[in-house]
Amino acid sequence: MNTKTDPDLDAMIHAFVDGELDAQAEQAARAQMETDPAAAQRAHDYRRQGDALHDLYDDVLSEPLAAEMRAALNAPVGRSSRSFWNAPVWRMAAAIALFVAGGFGGWWSHAVTGPDTSMALAQSSPYVSRAIGAHVVYAAEVRHPVEVAASEEQHLIKWLSARLGRDVHAPKLAEAGFELVGGRLLPDDAKPAAQFMYENRTGQRVTLYVSLNGAPADTSFRIVEQDGTSAIYWLEDGLGYALAGDLPREDMLKIARLVYDALIA
Amino acid sequence: MDVRHLIAAELPRLRRYARALMAGDIHGADDLVQQALERALERPHLFQPGTSLRAWLFTILHNVNANNRRKLAARPREVWDEDVPETAFAVAPDAPGKLELRDMARALDQLPLEQRETVLLVSLEGLSYKEISEVLNVPIGTVMSRLARGRDRLRDLMQSTPVTPTLRRVK
Repeated sequence: MNTKTDPDLDAMIHAFVDGELDAQAEQAARAQMETDPAAAQRAHDYRRQGDALHDLYDDVLSEPLAAEMRAALNAPVGRSSRSFWNAPVWRMAAAIALFVAGGFGGWWSHAVTGPDTSMALAQSSPYVSRAIGAHVVYAAEVRHPVEVAASEEQHLIKWLSARLGRDVHAPKLAEAGFELVGGRLLPDDAKPAAQFMYENRTGQRVTLYVSLNGAPADTSFRIVEQDGTSAIYWLEDGLGYALAGDLPREDMLKIARLVYDALIA
Repeated sequence: MDVRHLIAAELPRLRRYARALMAGDIHGADDLVQQALERALERPHLFQPGTSLRAWLFTILHNVNANNRRKLAARPREVWDEDVPETAFAVAPDAPGKLELRDMARALDQLPLEQRETVLLVSLEGLSYKEISEVLNVPIGTVMSRLARGRDRLRDLMQSTPVTPTLRRVK
């Protein structure tokens, strides 16, 4: 009973049912329904689907709020790890660029390569898989996404630099709409690694992973995908970087370039 | 103006959507709304005044759900008997008008997540195509094709009824 129709008619019927048409188009749609019983039947069926959904679920609207929701709404704002969002100082903090001491060759002119297969990835740069794993675990964390929040960025940077034995800072990604949430120290095959987490205004998160397990040779950008999360990674001056997230590839590349630009700034 | 009051006023809709999205699993749905609520309350300044608060909240809910699903997919999954969703569709088969409801709940549950989200945001929540494209972070054309596929799939799965004059629901 799923009759094939031409795409324009198809789109028109849905837009008609959903009130997405302007006055003129709506009039045309009504005229079509008058003379096209199949189209009228479909519009009718779609509306009934909506009615059935309302009948099924509208009772939820009158349920009292769950106690936990009321508690969250009544909780005081601005507890330690959250207060920085309300302070103007984060703008300044986020302006500090990530910088790793050392020479930066002309690899930027290299073409972006990839995507790698997981197999090749596992052999060439095993830290990337751990970077993706850490992203999947911590990006989903609501209460404790980071160990040290961006409000304590100076402490965060000093601490991570000391533990990695390299100077690290957090790049500014505001141009891509992302703000620093904070960072954490992670084990990376018996060596320490740093993870910086960023979030945009809709709650999407990307993480930047800095590993000591990079091979000596520098590389261009490579892209790998694993379980729906993608990572752009590259090696530079003995450090391995991986930017992990699930944004479209162009967005990921844009952010990776911002990170790289911050590195050479 | 306290944004908390405005957020609180949107909660019933977020719960309705989550309940439908998770096939009537009350606890799972409320957990999802709770997570989204906490995230919104942590970052109220990320809401841009002049844009739709409702769409912003649905966006957060969508992203939290996507993160949760990824997290689950990345781990071995244990399934316990208690985890079977509380789908409270226990209607008497002969109750007039109820058969279609039960069919709808089942049919909805059979849709791929992307189509289910889209159909619910349009037909249950009444968001515009444009708002939905922002919530789901996909082009409007993708919203429309998911909607079309989802609705046609539901039509196939549900009993067809002939056109009769029916009361139109006023949203």
